Amino acid sequence: MTGSRLPDGGTGIDRGDPRAFDFEGTVVSGFAGDTVASALLANGIDVVGRSIYHDRPRGVFSAGPEEPNALVQVRWASGISEPMLPATTVPVEDVLEVRNLAGRGRLEPAEPGTDTGRFDARYAPCEVRVIGAGVSGRRAASNARTADPGARVLLIDSDPAAAGDEVRRGMTALGIYDHGYVTAVERCPAPATEGRLWHIRAGRIVIATGATERPIIFADDDRPGVMLAGAAATYVERYGVRPGERAVIFTNNDTTDAVTATLRGAGTEVVAIVDARRGDLIVGTMGDDAGRLTGIRITRAHGRPDAGADGDDPETIEADLLLVSGGWNPNVALWAHARGTLRFDERIAAFVPDRAGPHGRIEVVGAAAGEVEGLGDIGPTWVVPPPGPATDAAWSTHYVDLGRDSTVQDLQRALGAGLESIEHVKRYTTIGTGIDQGRTSGVVTSAIAAAILGQDVGAIGVPTFRPPTVPVSFAQLAARNRGALADPIRVTPSHPWHEANGAVFEDVGQWKRPHHFPQAGESVDDAVLRECRAARTSVAMMDATTLGKIDLQGPDVGAFLDRVYTNTFSSLKVGSCRYGLMCRADGMVFDDGVTSRLADDRFHMTTTTGNAAAVLDHLEEWLQTEWPDLRVHATSVTEQWATVAVVGPRSRDVVAALAPSLDVSDAAFPFMTWRDAVIAGTLGRAFRISFSGELAYELNVPTWHGLALWEAVLAAGATFGITPYGTQAMHVLRAEKGYPIIGQETDGTVTPQDLGMAWAVSTKKDFIGRRSHRRLDAQRPDRKQLVGLLPTDPRIVLPEGTQLVAPDADLRVTPVPMLGHVTSSYDSAALGRSFALALVKGGRERIGQTVLAPLIDRVVEAVIADSVLFDPENRRRDGEPQP
Amino acid sequence: MTDSGLRARSPLEGATLAIDSTSTLGIRELPFLVQVGLRADPADEPLMSRLTTVLGARPPTDPNTTSISEDGTNQVLWLGPDEWLVLGEPGTAGALESKLRSALDAAAGAVVDLSANRTAISVSGPRARESLAFGCAIDLEPPAFGPGRCAQTLLARANVIIVPVGPADEPAFRILVRPSFAGYLATWLVDAAVGLD
Amino acid sequence: MLLVPCPHCGPRDETEFKYGGQAGIAHPADPESLTDAEWLDYLFLRDNPKGPWRERWVHTAGCRRWFDVTRDTLTNEFGDIGG
Ligand SMILES: [Zn+2]
Repeated sequence: MTGSRLPDGGTGIDRGDPRAFDFEGTVVSGFAGDTVASALLANGIDVVGRSIYHDRPRGVFSAGPEEPNALVQVRWASGISEPMLPATTVPVEDVLEVRNLAGRGRLEPAEPGTDTGRFDARYAPCEVRVIGAGVSGRRAASNARTADPGARVLLIDSDPAAAGDEVRRGMTALGIYDHGYVTAVERCPAPATEGRLWHIRAGRIVIATGATERPIIFADDDRPGVMLAGAAATYVERYGVRPGERAVIFTNNDTTDAVTATLRGAGTEVVAIVDARRGDLIVGTMGDDAGRLTGIRITRAHGRPDAGADGDDPETIEADLLLVSGGWNPNVALWAHARGTLRFDERIAAFVPDRAGPHGRIEVVGAAAGEVEGLGDIGPTWVVPPPGPATDAAWSTHYVDLGRDSTVQDLQRALGAGLESIEHVKRYTTIGTGIDQGRTSGVVTSAIAAAILGQDVGAIGVPTFRPPTVPVSFAQLAARNRGALADPIRVTPSHPWHEANGAVFEDVGQWKRPHHFPQAGESVDDAVLRECRAARTSVAMMDATTLGKIDLQGPDVGAFLDRVYTNTFSSLKVGSCRYGLMCRADGMVFDDGVTSRLADDRFHMTTTTGNAAAVLDHLEEWLQTEWPDLRVHATSVTEQWATVAVVGPRSRDVVAALAPSLDVSDAAFPFMTWRDAVIAGTLGRAFRISFSGELAYELNVPTWHGLALWEAVLAAGATFGITPYGTQAMHVLRAEKGYPIIGQETDGTVTPQDLGMAWAVSTKKDFIGRRSHRRLDAQRPDRKQLVGLLPTDPRIVLPEGTQLVAPDADLRVTPVPMLGHVTSSYDSAALGRSFALALVKGGRERIGQTVLAPLIDRVVEAVIADSVLFDPENRRRDGEPQP
Repeated sequence: MTDSGLRARSPLEGATLAIDSTSTLGIRELPFLVQVGLRADPADEPLMSRLTTVLGARPPTDPNTTSISEDGTNQVLWLGPDEWLVLGEPGTAGALESKLRSALDAAAGAVVDLSANRTAISVSGPRARESLAFGCAIDLEPPAFGPGRCAQTLLARANVIIVPVGPADEPAFRILVRPSFAGYLATWLVDAAVGLD
Repeated sequence: MLLVPCPHCGPRDETEFKYGGQAGIAHPADPESLTDAEWLDYLFLRDNPKGPWRERWVHTAGCRRWFDVTRDTLTNEFGDIGG
């Protein structure tokens, strides 16, 4: 093939705007409007790559997204490198450098900070969405606009140079999903943006995606110089490029008539038209040392009736271009995404949308609907047998899928292996799994399989079409959801202080919470031990703003809480607080927290940080769907209030200093009560509750004052050396007291009884989940129960998640029966040793017994203990016990 | 908002919201906007008229609409069939809460101060609608969405209430967002503006 | 991405909702009178038809209301809203 630029012509290029790019070290010139493929052809570059497995030279095969051969690695003008793009769709004006690919692409190894390409995403609701701006698509759009001048009609086409008014060009539909949802991708939608993913919700969708030409399969049909016939005409007409000098046309339909005329007009000598409908066939090709097409072998039915028979050589014709047309496949992928069904239409020998089904929202028009113009009477020629004896090996160069190097021989093997479903054939042969999605190979494969199996093509069908229609980069799919915007980040009002004071953060859901506050030279463990010691010996403070908070109002709140908590709340006095445990109907622990009675008809509920939204949903579900008669209104006030926990024997002094008008004496403000309080001059609430076993308060003020409250507590506590602590110290302090954390000690399979919290489960009333606790399974004596665990070596902190086995377990015989696992594990300043919480089968019966914890490199011995390891008599919650 | 006592700091105090001086998009915080949550039975006509009297506006019963008091100081947003959010000028929370509570009288319902529970971000200018469309799936264009409407939805995956306030050709939106998300959302809004063409 | 018809707010993207499973499974009035098998049936056993069925959604990112709707599990098309 000796391509060249014609002296004039080319409707899609601007000869006044020359462009150039580097292709494998050679400067390739072209014009604005060229694709990389048209520029390569214009420069006589005919071998553009080598095939993926067989390493055979390949050339440009098509002029569109169906390209299976000319896949290139592109460095865009922005500097970004992208692999495996069809050269037939890459505009020259956007590229700096193009490399061909030996089969597969490679992602650019990105240095940190160099991956700067900006991709984004955008939503666009519209009334009518027309995909494809050909004649049919433009007509559909125009009709829609006429019918409803107020309607937003979005007409898109993947071709950056598509004709027509009001066309969104360079925008490719990727898929159609439920309820008019369409995704599309657009290159360079804005100056700073490489690509945009569109989320389009359309009232009505018109598919006008046209049809794609397909080849006829014959021996050595993959040489550079073999091209789809329509593509050759496109190169001449649109790009002013003559793809070859001596052409043979191999066809089974009338669409090649126009191609012949176009090529002749461009000065290509069309030396033969091999029309399969007359019985003429191409049985093979010849090539030069580089593999390029030099000639064609033909058997003719007319004049030489014995041609092609054994021992008789076929006729040979010299040519550098072989143009093939085996018919046209309507582009039905998008239709099929929307669960539209297909039927085989003998009239055009292709699968067409079966429009009988209920698809009110989606229409398909024009060639995509099977109205392929100029086809004439198509002949049913799909494949030409090898010239010699039709052994298996004789089919080994009949390439069906050029992109996957799959041949008729591969197909025969698949069918021979008993794979009769076209879905299985696809997966066995990989036909149709390349980046072109089998656009040129899919239907041909079905037809060949049908012939081999002796069935109808329509009965064989085609493999399921799935989005996306064209490859999309991960960067494009991620859009702006990366780096700092990867996921919403939630912070508390005190966050600036935490940051300024060196907090190490951990993610709790979307929240950033201080994990610990290391001082100079401190390790994590050092910091946590210091923070815990401060809470147990003096005073410490924690940002507890993230706790979920729900305001409950109405005369029936007490009765409602009795149903949602396992324990009783209707009896709670105004001014008091109570710990509550919540189950789902299955009886498993769902959440816990302290709920306070603000007034007869008003409660303030707290939830765990991670469950705040889920608990509100749960309350609304029962209120709205089961108990609409209850007069209760629930409102999230999580972020109305900033919360600082002040913890430790000196916490009363700190709160007294902050709220001079508040009587903090134990008599006036006892454990498990709350008071309105003017805190550092601002009205808020003080709760005397504790998650550490120490004397402790939680101070609430409106969120605006959160940072100032934090700073005020810090200042008021300075004389006592008040110590900010993070979530890790909080976890240690509560674990020393055996308090479970929902989601750490529990996993949706744990009942209150398993946690040893039967004391919080009322036997006098019904509540959500109560019946489940009576189920046989909930009563099993070997259920896993929460216990303490003390490693024999007090320096060993067991990894959380460690499995526990019996002391006499034979670790060589797998599976080793498991007794349970470690749920929490820490070093403890207060205990002067390591400890853990664990869920162990029949654990409470095993207190005092030894278990084994097999680690990767050793087996650790530990003794089961009560889950409350520190201050089991609760002597510290009113302050330092008097001796 | 108190004159004495702990200093009030709005969630976006000190945040960088400016894009550039030539921008066709304005992003700024409207700090300390008063918001009071109201729950009431819309079928309780005496209650609804008491509420209308104290608010100077009838709480709207059409979904996703708003009403504005005669003196223009309060806007009532529909949040649910028996739920509204009353917006007011900074500093008026206590007065608003107590007059709503008195209107509620003995009827079942709820009044709760939510002023600090969300902050407001104003996004305005000819490109405002387009910039929100980078992260919001609902139809933001009039007539589906214009002054007098509101929507609770997701913007850049954050829960928000969007209240359009400007005319169609000069759109402006108030975005009510939880303070914990405000910094993230402001970063997202400033970033989205880069993608405007 | 389904477009879920909230009876109050109108159609919104599925991401604004949480799914609530089969509709019409009432919490038994007197759970204590049920056998383990009957209680298990209430807790866990649900229909799984091919075709239209009634299901529940809650508009969590919107009006926070629960509602029932008919959806065809084969085509995802929504039908009657309400309840
Ligand atoms: Zn809704």
